Amino acid sequence: MSDASTDRMSVMDRLTALAAWPVQALFKVLDYPLSAIQRLIGTHRMPWIFLLPNLAFFGVFVVIPLFINFAFSLTGGTELFLGNRVYTGTEQYGFLLECETFGDPVTCREDRFWKGIYNTAVFIFFQVSFLVLFSLITALILNRKIRARGFFRAVFFFPVLLSPVVVALIWKWILLRDGILNAFLVSMGLDKILFFVSPEWSMFWAVFVSIWANMGFYTLILLAGLQAIQPDLYEAAEMDGTSRERVFWRITLPLLWPNLLVVVVLALIKGVQIFDEVFVLTGGGPGTATQFIVQYIYNTGFTEQVQNFGLASAASVVLGVVLFVLTMTQLAATRARDHG
Amino acid sequence: MLTARRGQGALHWSDVFTYVYLLFGVLLMFGPVIWLVMSSFKTPAGLVEFPPTFLPLGQVEVPVEGYDEPLLLFDVTMEDGTTRQLAQVRRIGIISQMVDPANPGDTIKVPIDQRTKVREFRMAVENYVDPLERFNFVQYLQNSVVVTVAATLVTLLINSMAAYGLSIYEFRGRNAIMLFVIGTLMIPITVILVPVYLVVTQLGMINSLWAVILPGAATPTGVFLLRQYMLTIPKDLIEAARMDNASEWAIYSKVVLPLAMPAIAVLAIFSIMWRWNEFLWPLIVLNRSEVYTLQVGLNAFQGELDVQWHYILAMTVVTLIPVVVVFAFLQKFITTGIASSGMK
Repeated sequence: MSDASTDRMSVMDRLTALAAWPVQALFKVLDYPLSAIQRLIGTHRMPWIFLLPNLAFFGVFVVIPLFINFAFSLTGGTELFLGNRVYTGTEQYGFLLECETFGDPVTCREDRFWKGIYNTAVFIFFQVSFLVLFSLITALILNRKIRARGFFRAVFFFPVLLSPVVVALIWKWILLRDGILNAFLVSMGLDKILFFVSPEWSMFWAVFVSIWANMGFYTLILLAGLQAIQPDLYEAAEMDGTSRERVFWRITLPLLWPNLLVVVVLALIKGVQIFDEVFVLTGGGPGTATQFIVQYIYNTGFTEQVQNFGLASAASVVLGVVLFVLTMTQLAATRARDHG
Repeated sequence: MLTARRGQGALHWSDVFTYVYLLFGVLLMFGPVIWLVMSSFKTPAGLVEFPPTFLPLGQVEVPVEGYDEPLLLFDVTMEDGTTRQLAQVRRIGIISQMVDPANPGDTIKVPIDQRTKVREFRMAVENYVDPLERFNFVQYLQNSVVVTVAATLVTLLINSMAAYGLSIYEFRGRNAIMLFVIGTLMIPITVILVPVYLVVTQLGMINSLWAVILPGAATPTGVFLLRQYMLTIPKDLIEAARMDNASEWAIYSKVVLPLAMPAIAVLAIFSIMWRWNEFLWPLIVLNRSEVYTLQVGLNAFQGELDVQWHYILAMTVVTLIPVVVVFAFLQKFITTGIASSGMK
């Protein structure tokens, strides 16, 4: 090792030590009360002390809210504090779920909620199918013996780390009336398209942008699955002179299937909760064309003139039930994958 | 050739497809970000130009005697076929009233199709400086940093403590707690927005950064990730420390934490990403401009009636810089972390 690099190492070490110093000091100070507690209650009860802060946070910000949510959904009015709210029983649910025909959102009493559900269903149908399809293709390609694989993997992965707001603004800028995409259309001799005025185009770009932003994550999971497949299976197939198409359908796909299932359910869970990217990109518009369930909850509970917490809570409970079912499916799929 | 094939034989269609797909992928994934960065250096006039230029080219403006504002400079083809550089005073329909900057007395009328803009390469750095000076963006940036750092520290502390309690000890109720932790994984914030808002209000934290920092601090993902790692730490080490009369807290902080550093680093990176990028929850609990994070501030800025894209684009670049830096240095950590945990 050269002198220069040893010097740099020691500087780095010194910097690390400097940064770690306050942490170590804090741990040292905390040792006095915690040792005292340990003497008081005995070592065998110490795990509870270590669990306490975490469980307190879970309790205050997850468990209690979960119960309050039910309570909220059974009350009416605009008061935030539970004690001031009027008990209304299942009125909120009745209001939400009352439809003449469930196939057509317009016939429902709370048509915005049903429009949200309908939009979310359309969104996840297209988003999840194409997301999984393109993630699979990308993973298959990145799994080949290509040059600069690390670089290409990074290319497809990096949007995962961008914030949804940034992603939405990047694409909004491209899709504007005088944006670069319209400049391209004009140069091809086509007319400009006002993407955010058309409900169909808005939905298309909502799907497209969320695939663009999230594909890398699913590609990575599938790639890990592909790399776990035994290479000797492929070598054996090659020796037998099996065609590549046959290898894909007979070896790769069946062995990747458990991973694909996990990816589909994960994508569904994320898809049902879609909000950030689309909210910034289209604002839910035009009209309510790209308004999804979470935005309905957000609007109803927090942005309307009259904040309807009860209705928002009831809608959250409905969303929670959907997510619960999906998560159970995910756990089953994961277990099936890991225990084969 | 991009693909190095085993064996020989003709080019398979999938080799061509791979090549085309990767090329297209690089264009589609990088293109938008490069376009954003390029655009962020354009002047407002450059941004509304149609068709847009790739490089930030600004039209040259010249100060002319007798006019308060600098005028736009054009190359004009005169009736006699000669070209002159003239500055435009105003445009009426298809006729442009122009003056010679050297001789501002006479106005010359020119049909607009006889002129072309004089451009120069200019980076509009003011797009970055102005919003930081005139608007609250320094404050937003500071809020985002405070939230990210504080939340990550709290997250690391309480989740590593919990993971320690759940991995080192055998005690009654351990499995029940683990089940509970995994159970809370299923409850995303989107399902409990209203009641958490109530809790945060009750605690008097609305419009304070604590409202963003605390609710997500205990993360089941974090407990799970750290616990799985700590389970691999040999029990002998801990027994040896106990023999030396070390307190349980000392074992946690001096023995287990240093050994669990790789897992802690992964959780730290995840936490930084989550917090820096978080949007919906801050949007709900932060209603005053002084406490906005960058994400909320950017959204508010783009929602204004008179959208100032030159500032938005520059601030978007500022927002994504930390992420790009983290990614450039820690790509391995992130990708293996995600691939092994299946979470992000």
